[in-house]
Amino acid sequence: MILVESPGLFTTVQDLGRPGFGPMGVSPSGAADAVALRVGNRLVGNSENAAGLEMTLSGGTFVFPEGAFAALAGADFGAALGEAEVSPWTLFRIPPGGKLRTGHTRTGARCYLCIRGGIDVKPFLGSASTHVLSGLGGLEGRALRKGDVLRIGNLAATEPRPEGAALPVFLPRKTLRVTDAPQSGWFSEASRSIFYSSAFRVTEEANRMGLRLEGPAIAAPAGGNMVTEGVALGAVQIPAGGQPIILFVEQQTTGGYPKIASVIAADMSSVGQLRPRDEIRFERVDLTTARALLREQEEAIRAIH
Amino acid sequence: MAGLTARFQPASDQSLLISFAQRVSALASLRVRRLLRLLETNPLPGVVNLHPGYCSVLVRFDALVTRHGDVEASLRRHLENLDDVRLPEPRDVEIPVCYGGEFGIDLGEVAGMHGMTPAQVAAGHSSVVYTVDFLGFAPGFGYLSGLPDELATPRLPVPRRSVPAGSVGIAGSQTGVYPFATAGGWRLIGRTPVAMFRPDQEPMSLLAIGDRVRFRPISAAEFAG
Repeated sequence: MILVESPGLFTTVQDLGRPGFGPMGVSPSGAADAVALRVGNRLVGNSENAAGLEMTLSGGTFVFPEGAFAALAGADFGAALGEAEVSPWTLFRIPPGGKLRTGHTRTGARCYLCIRGGIDVKPFLGSASTHVLSGLGGLEGRALRKGDVLRIGNLAATEPRPEGAALPVFLPRKTLRVTDAPQSGWFSEASRSIFYSSAFRVTEEANRMGLRLEGPAIAAPAGGNMVTEGVALGAVQIPAGGQPIILFVEQQTTGGYPKIASVIAADMSSVGQLRPRDEIRFERVDLTTARALLREQEEAIRAIH
Repeated sequence: MAGLTARFQPASDQSLLISFAQRVSALASLRVRRLLRLLETNPLPGVVNLHPGYCSVLVRFDALVTRHGDVEASLRRHLENLDDVRLPEPRDVEIPVCYGGEFGIDLGEVAGMHGMTPAQVAAGHSSVVYTVDFLGFAPGFGYLSGLPDELATPRLPVPRRSVPAGSVGIAGSQTGVYPFATAGGWRLIGRTPVAMFRPDQEPMSLLAIGDRVRFRPISAAEFAG
């Protein structure tokens, strides 16, 4: 059992999401930094898809009446167990009655608390992930509140790693690698040049649905008549004002704005660590490179056991 | 289906967009529905999600399992069987709507833009049978075609940050109902008390692709139920 003494700024239950319901307009949701959640689950000996707590910018305080094996992964939220500081990317034991405190982020946007056994909530369409927009999944479809009680599940798959073992840290990138999107060719050479040579700042309107950026305006394509179509996770839309929007895990499944590029799968977890006011850039790669980068990342994750 | 070609484009490093046309047409929409049906009954290896649109389907796959070229080759084989796909019989769905007032805050403006009275807009909107071309945007949001030409109205220049759940809107020649309170740029002419997405029911979405939809005007008293 986990008692939520304080929830933090915005903490939700997340697993790896519910792909497959696009025909109903339901986006997969799931952890914003899926790499961190997967690694955290591996540390505590869970299946990778077990549900953990996704904390955003500022974390909560949690009490464990029966104790637990736990790991923090993702950004460093300055966690402490009792008086002892706890580093991210390590496994630790919480004694019965132990209290885990997390604070403001020192690095990226999101920190995951993974508990051996996983968080047990009623699945919606096969997943524990909270879909905030529709108020579905997770704990009553919402962010955690003070006084919430969470059950610990039985999704442990293997033995946990030795406590405190040193682990590779997956560092989020600020230069996001992208491939072409269906309307890339609609944009002028000048517009694309601006897109690839400029820095963009993440605005306050950055959440699980999407991240609005600000920077030099990208001129909307001339004469393009967009018909609403399915949009990819990581698609970079350019609406009329010319300020890009990256579609994220709780994305709308279809859209009517032209897309100039699409963030590669291997860099989606970096998007999940972007904070308002972060400065980012885009780097174009081809599909072969994108695939190689994804394989490389996958091997690094699977090396943790 | 001779004379209709499909176009394949990578939409990201883990998705492929197959388009049947660059403009909305009943034929392209039919092909989308048939392909979706085929992919749901005969799933392709590595394909994890499908996002239908008016003229296209975005096919999301696991890039560790398959790649664009292989997915395209499988889809091309599916296309050969497209004519044989039997679609389920369309259902008739009636959606009660309270037009105007606090429920449809743009109704007056829409009427003004067309030189009509609000009552005429409501009567026109509820006089025809619409088709659900596809579901997208948000859970249970159906894109409906069949809006009478004289009611076609451009989107708001600046989308609203929040539109109440159940709002019935018009955007260009499309109409639809917002299942959840979301941001939105469609012009709001009314609201339904009916839940468009019901996680505790089967099917969850009130609307399904291909359904025939009719709007029935109701009073504010009936809305309050």
